[in-house]
Amino acid sequence: MKSPRSRRVLVSLAAIGLVATVPACSGGSGEERSGDGRLKVSINGQPPQTQAFERMIFDQDVAEFEAAHPDIDLEPHEGFMEVESFSAKLAGGQLEDVYYVYFTDPAQIIARRQAADITDAVKDLPHVDQLQPQLLDVFRGEGGKLYGLPTANYSMGLVYSRPLFTRAGLDPDNPPRTWAEVRAAADKIAALGDGVVGYADFSKGNQGGWHLTAWLNSLGGQIARKEGDGWKADFNNDLGRTALDHLKQMRWTDDSMGSKQLLQDADAQRMMGAGQLGMYLAAPDNIPTLVKQFNGKYEDYGLAPVPEGRGTLIGGEGYMVNPKASPEKIKAGLTWIQWKYLNPDRFDSFTKRYADGQQPVGLPALPNPDIWTGALRDQQEAVKAKYANVPAQNYAAYLNASTTIKGHLEPPSAQQVYATLDTVMQAVLTDPAADPAALLSAAESKVNATLAQIR
Amino acid sequence: MSTTARRRRRLAENVTAYGLLSAALVVFALFSWFPIVRGVVLSFQQVNFVDAPEWVGLENFELLFADPLFGVAWRNTLLFTGLALVFGFAIPFLTAVLLNELRHARAYFRLVVYLPVMLPPVVTALLWKWFYDPGPGLFNEGLRAVGLPGSAWLDSGDTAMLSLVLVSTWANMGSTTLIYLAALQTIPGDLYEAAELDGAGIWRRLWHVTVPQTRFVLLVLLLMQVVATMQVFTEPFVMTGGGPDDSTVTVLLLLYRYAFVYNDFGSASALSLLLFIALGVFSAAYVRITKRSAE
Repeated sequence: MKSPRSRRVLVSLAAIGLVATVPACSGGSGEERSGDGRLKVSINGQPPQTQAFERMIFDQDVAEFEAAHPDIDLEPHEGFMEVESFSAKLAGGQLEDVYYVYFTDPAQIIARRQAADITDAVKDLPHVDQLQPQLLDVFRGEGGKLYGLPTANYSMGLVYSRPLFTRAGLDPDNPPRTWAEVRAAADKIAALGDGVVGYADFSKGNQGGWHLTAWLNSLGGQIARKEGDGWKADFNNDLGRTALDHLKQMRWTDDSMGSKQLLQDADAQRMMGAGQLGMYLAAPDNIPTLVKQFNGKYEDYGLAPVPEGRGTLIGGEGYMVNPKASPEKIKAGLTWIQWKYLNPDRFDSFTKRYADGQQPVGLPALPNPDIWTGALRDQQEAVKAKYANVPAQNYAAYLNASTTIKGHLEPPSAQQVYATLDTVMQAVLTDPAADPAALLSAAESKVNATLAQIR
Repeated sequence: MSTTARRRRRLAENVTAYGLLSAALVVFALFSWFPIVRGVVLSFQQVNFVDAPEWVGLENFELLFADPLFGVAWRNTLLFTGLALVFGFAIPFLTAVLLNELRHARAYFRLVVYLPVMLPPVVTALLWKWFYDPGPGLFNEGLRAVGLPGSAWLDSGDTAMLSLVLVSTWANMGSTTLIYLAALQTIPGDLYEAAELDGAGIWRRLWHVTVPQTRFVLLVLLLMQVVATMQVFTEPFVMTGGGPDDSTVTVLLLLYRYAFVYNDFGSASALSLLLFIALGVFSAAYVRITKRSAE
């Protein structure tokens, strides 16, 4: 008669215990050598079968790499970073030798010593010194030691609808540069009526906090600052209040943000795809999504740098190496990362394959992530221009500003911090009597408590 | 015959049974008991699955007590349990009484009441997520159709927990109702007849006959519900993720976050140990009462 639910606590205790019972074994994930004597290196980041084009590219690259490196046997696994199973895989010896991470992961992984130190190993790799330093910093630990390599990044900008700009009497080639200009433009676009929304912002699923962070960064502020060994909330100040006051005025005084709130990115993408939205904050990778999933057209969208441009939120991805991997495997794994993702010799052939496959080329995103500096960045830009099949001039403003705007990484324990700040965004967007100062003050103590948990 | 010889004979008689049991015992030991013990040990350790575990004494517990969500999670869990008892205890009981009074189509209504139990919990949660959608959701469409304002349901800290309780009640009331119904059907009819002759109305009959006669079943189910609802996880995990504003973070959801989001298995184990102890108290009471009722 006992309900199985009543055993759940035992199950959870047992599950955690079970994960922890696996003895820490030495060596990488499994066998060092394959049957023919080649060094076996397991990698993840292989796209799923459902993404047919990306999967084909990946598999072709694996074959080409193995042909060029006959002593290495790559063992590709589907999947990217799943934080829920990361520790279990590591404990069970199932974590790949080379594993994918988001920019939000490395800090904690490094603190927990769950990645190999590759500081010395990268010295033999070409071009690493020409990666953007702020992206390399994502993978640095104490004493500047390096634990991984960035392979792609994004920074927030302003996606806008060129047709709505034209209809509202605004110049689509001259997008808003400040929040005041955003407000004025949103007002004009909303005045078109028919349910058209001038500017949309998020307040659900941790995305409200994410966008408030981006807004604060645009004003030169930040969500958290490092203090000694720990972190402290840094938004209960004039900048935080300025951002929220501005949002409140757009929502309630101008009524340019529509009445439907508690939105997430998919809602804004749907509105933008349907030609019902003027502007929203987003990274360039939103543009292919608007076209592929929401029936938009490339020529309809513009991408401007984040308003004010005193800073922008950056994110991205990269690869780290299993801490149990042998030095030989570390070297082979890094060889793969450099060959596949950080390889100027393949800029042209790699981009051409995307263009030939009718995939969008010309955006500051795959196949041309904006991760380089100096001559290599110019080389990448030239290749991108050569094969561009989307109106690159629509994104020129964003791209020209992207090297000069200071990038801000996401705060530690980002998702928890964002969840707290969702509440602030929800209140401002759904309650005309919301008090930004009180909201920020309440959120500050919560976020400080979250940040105090980091260890 | 000496007791040793008797014991030996009994062992010989049951050797097949022990043999058959041994496989299950080994599996239990490996996948249940040993990990539980390991989990308790882990409460006092920090692990990264690369180096040897590090003993940290009570540090994991200190960290938990310092987490503002710790108190919030317990408060939310108790709130859920309290609300779930109000709804999940009273509604099935009254439903059972009504079913018991039915003269026709009883089997049909029993089936209808039990149907939601057959849905997988995640399907239930996703279905209700659509019911609650503040825009085109079923409930708000219905409210607007009769001229009432819609509710924010899961999107407001004031109503989110109650919304989850309704889901949980709907999903689980089938089993409880059937157990009550079974208990009601064991009450001798002449007790009701006697009460009726004495002039007792329906409420007095319920209070003076039904409740005393089903007292043990009521108590056992009450304790079972406390133990079950204090481990609420699926609904907040699937439907709200603990939001809005942490209003639906439950102990088990916090435990999940510690283990699989923060990857802090030591603190997660410490939290499960605390929950284990809290539930142990209720379970002990449950065992005692079922023993008493068996006698």
